Amino acid sequence: MTAIIDYGVGNLFSLSRSFEAIGETCVVTGDKAVIESADRLLLPGVGAFGDAAKMLADSGLWDTVCEQANSGKPLLGVCLGMQLLFDVSYEYGEHKGLGLIPGQVRPIAEVIPEGLKIPQIGWNALDFTNRETPLFKYIKNGDFVYFVHSYYAANCDENTIATTEYGAPLTAAVAKGNVFGCQFHPEKSGTVGLNILKAFCEI
Amino acid sequence: MITKRIIPCLDVKDGRVVKGVNFAGLSDVSSPIELAKYYSDCGADELVFYDITASAEGRALFTDILKKTAETVFIPLTVGGGINTVEDFDRVLKCGADKVSVNSGAIRDPSLIPAAAKKYGDQCVVISADVKRVDGRFRVFAKGGREDTGMEAISWIKRCVDSGAGEVVLNSIDTDGVRGGFDLEMLEAVSNAVSVPVIASGGAGSVQDFITLFNTLPRVDAGLAASIFHFGQVAIPDLKAELKKNGINVRI
Repeated sequence: MTAIIDYGVGNLFSLSRSFEAIGETCVVTGDKAVIESADRLLLPGVGAFGDAAKMLADSGLWDTVCEQANSGKPLLGVCLGMQLLFDVSYEYGEHKGLGLIPGQVRPIAEVIPEGLKIPQIGWNALDFTNRETPLFKYIKNGDFVYFVHSYYAANCDENTIATTEYGAPLTAAVAKGNVFGCQFHPEKSGTVGLNILKAFCEI
Repeated sequence: MITKRIIPCLDVKDGRVVKGVNFAGLSDVSSPIELAKYYSDCGADELVFYDITASAEGRALFTDILKKTAETVFIPLTVGGGINTVEDFDRVLKCGADKVSVNSGAIRDPSLIPAAAKKYGDQCVVISADVKRVDGRFRVFAKGGREDTGMEAISWIKRCVDSGAGEVVLNSIDTDGVRGGFDLEMLEAVSNAVSVPVIASGGAGSVQDFITLFNTLPRVDAGLAASIFHFGQVAIPDLKAELKKNGINVRI
């Protein structure tokens, strides 16, 4: 069973339906005991990093997520949920992240050429790095996924499993041991996205 | 590189797709759920559901249909029509919409876009503008294109974006329904004025119209159409194959 962590941020309807579509049971929950008993965790998130980090802390689940990840339970962060996995974000100030994967969250404006639109909204291709990952078991290099973001994870090359080209290579997915993150929305990326969730459920 | 998006638009009234559709293999051609699934399977990058219901019963049916669609289709869904308040945003987002497009509601209440953007994020708020030339100038129309607001369109769209709209759907009333191609002049003026994605709507009649759109205006991000897809005049897989052949980056 997958626990989709509900800390008051974002719409979890599509995420939970995605798991149902691939025949996996999931529960949307903010209950510590349920999270602890789950086989794997999904950390969602939309909006601004600072607000989401505060909501996660206020929900009392910050330490729970860290403990569970450190105990070896598979954890997948999606979109802002991926960004929360890093040490720090510079979105409107400076905000501490969960620190489960080394790196910083920085504006894409710093690395992409002027004239490209921000946020990056739409379907873009995954460029796999050379790292082996169980997350991509059912998809192939060059498959398209759906992005909506203005910030990206920087200085995390050693844990990057895919980038996407938007005037510059931007971190698209990361993996460090049992902790995974997707900058894109697997629940909105059609069959490719569902296949990523399916692979995650088999980890 | 990011791909150009192809977006079919479904007008839904009392739980059914209006404007007849004619596809082989669909058991119920006016079921929004079946049609959404069909489009998703054949490569549509996103779907727009437009609620043209007038009654409360129809509205309840719409949200029910939306929910059932979002349960089976895993590509972005945008919902428009009858969005006048932040509560309307809430209602459709809870049913699985990813973005909400506002039109007359934003004209009536200038605080709607900033309030919704603050609550749900800019990426969730789409300004859909119906624009028509009046005395050689672009003017915003309200109420489904029936009412001239007297407002100059480019500055109004710019204001909407500055106050939190994360995408623009530009529907040219002048080219809508004519099937003679998108309104390139109007689209150029808008895409030069804003830095958020612009979705072209109104006028698509052929595959060539999409090729011309993206080749002439590389800053336009997506093309939206309804009847040419519904009537099968343009099939999305063929359209995307042709776009790719012409050097336009699409998801295949």
